[in-house]
Amino acid sequence: MPNWIMACGVDDVEREDLIPFEHAGHQYAIYRSPDDSYYATDGMCTHEEAMLCEGLVMDHIIECPKHNGRFDYRTGEGKGAPIRVDLKTYATRIDGDMVCIDVDG
Amino acid sequence: MTAIVKRDYSLTGEESERAVERGLSQAQWYRTDVSRKRMKELMQRRDGPAIRATLLWFALLILFGGLGVYLWFSVWSLLCFAVYGVLYGSASDARWHECGHGTAFKTRWMNSVVYEIACFMIMRDPTVWRWSHARHHTDTIVVGRDPEIVAKRPPPLWHIAGNFIGMFDVPLAFRHMAIHASGRLTAEEATFVPETERSKTYWTARVWLLIYVAVVVWCIVSRSILPAMVIGLPRMYGAWHHLMTGLTQHSGLAEDVTDHRLNSRTVYMHPFSRFVYLNMNYHVEHHMFPMVPFHALPALHAEIKDDLPVPAPSIAAAFREFVPVMLRQRRDTAYFIHREVPISGVPISGVEVSG
Repeated sequence: MPNWIMACGVDDVEREDLIPFEHAGHQYAIYRSPDDSYYATDGMCTHEEAMLCEGLVMDHIIECPKHNGRFDYRTGEGKGAPIRVDLKTYATRIDGDMVCIDVDG
Repeated sequence: MTAIVKRDYSLTGEESERAVERGLSQAQWYRTDVSRKRMKELMQRRDGPAIRATLLWFALLILFGGLGVYLWFSVWSLLCFAVYGVLYGSASDARWHECGHGTAFKTRWMNSVVYEIACFMIMRDPTVWRWSHARHHTDTIVVGRDPEIVAKRPPPLWHIAGNFIGMFDVPLAFRHMAIHASGRLTAEEATFVPETERSKTYWTARVWLLIYVAVVVWCIVSRSILPAMVIGLPRMYGAWHHLMTGLTQHSGLAEDVTDHRLNSRTVYMHPFSRFVYLNMNYHVEHHMFPMVPFHALPALHAEIKDDLPVPAPSIAAAFREFVPVMLRQRRDTAYFIHREVPISGVPISGVEVSG
């Protein structure tokens, strides 16, 4: 069963950017792509302890602020060294003007 | 009170475990507060600056290398090779570094191409050094964790001096190439290079060794050192600039702290060295925000300089600061330069402060 949680407003995230979201002690990252689609992933880099929300979004790539590791935030796929483990992604949906994520997804 | 305590800088010794126990590994580091909006501006990638810098670099390499060959053997050819050597054996250090971060160019493949070329010139395996440098950024100047500490305590002065002409680095690079070509890593490299990445290192070493063997054969057949003056030897006779600038980065400063303002140094430099060094003279800024490309580091410096120690006004001034400290560290390894930073800084953790 999906467990939809309201994460933020649709305008809280700038286009081609991300914001952090915390729920039940877990860090998430909410992305708004250049074509205004919304995505969600774990908030911490899989390489080392670093908050992805301080990184740079370029098209559909999030680059970690610590070692420049890259992920495709739509699929969580790591894009080479130093990333060895893909990023967990979560389903999103828009309810009115809110972005919701399925935290059990 | 002096203390000659030799610390274990290897990544496989007791200091490594101790650093982890003390929470110095993968720690949270101090960062100057910069708004998200401004950081996004500073982090933006562009191809233009790196394309211009790379075209100029290649053009100068061809010009001075070509003149060196054309005028061989004469005083003029040696002067041309002196410039060529710096462009080959020192500028490659900065290109390897910036492209390894993926920040030089916006276009990924351009970073990869220049990274591979620069790694060959500086004789650093592209895979090993990518992982080594990731560790350097995670655990900067943490003893037992950082594989890139040059000025250890006591400082290996003869080793450092010899490396101004690659006297130790180059033979070590060939030793590592031979180890890698045989399908192995050193024990230290094995601590930070994942299993899945290692085959790249082995094949790179085999190709590089073939190239160097070809250069040596060419020298023997032509009965001239000229081929090696173009490929290989410039890593020695042109290394002095990258060692000179590299030494300014962390020498004489604190170990085992979690604030780059205490263990890194920003130095104002003239345009030629900044071109060769790709603005890495803004070294505190680079470590604090490694996402910021080389062309935006001056702007980042302007943004946060009030929260940083006063930069050294020149390369010579930086040397005047750390050389006496390194000399003293030969007999007092607890001595180091204690930077004054604004009160917002994270305090030094671990080692006793002196100096």
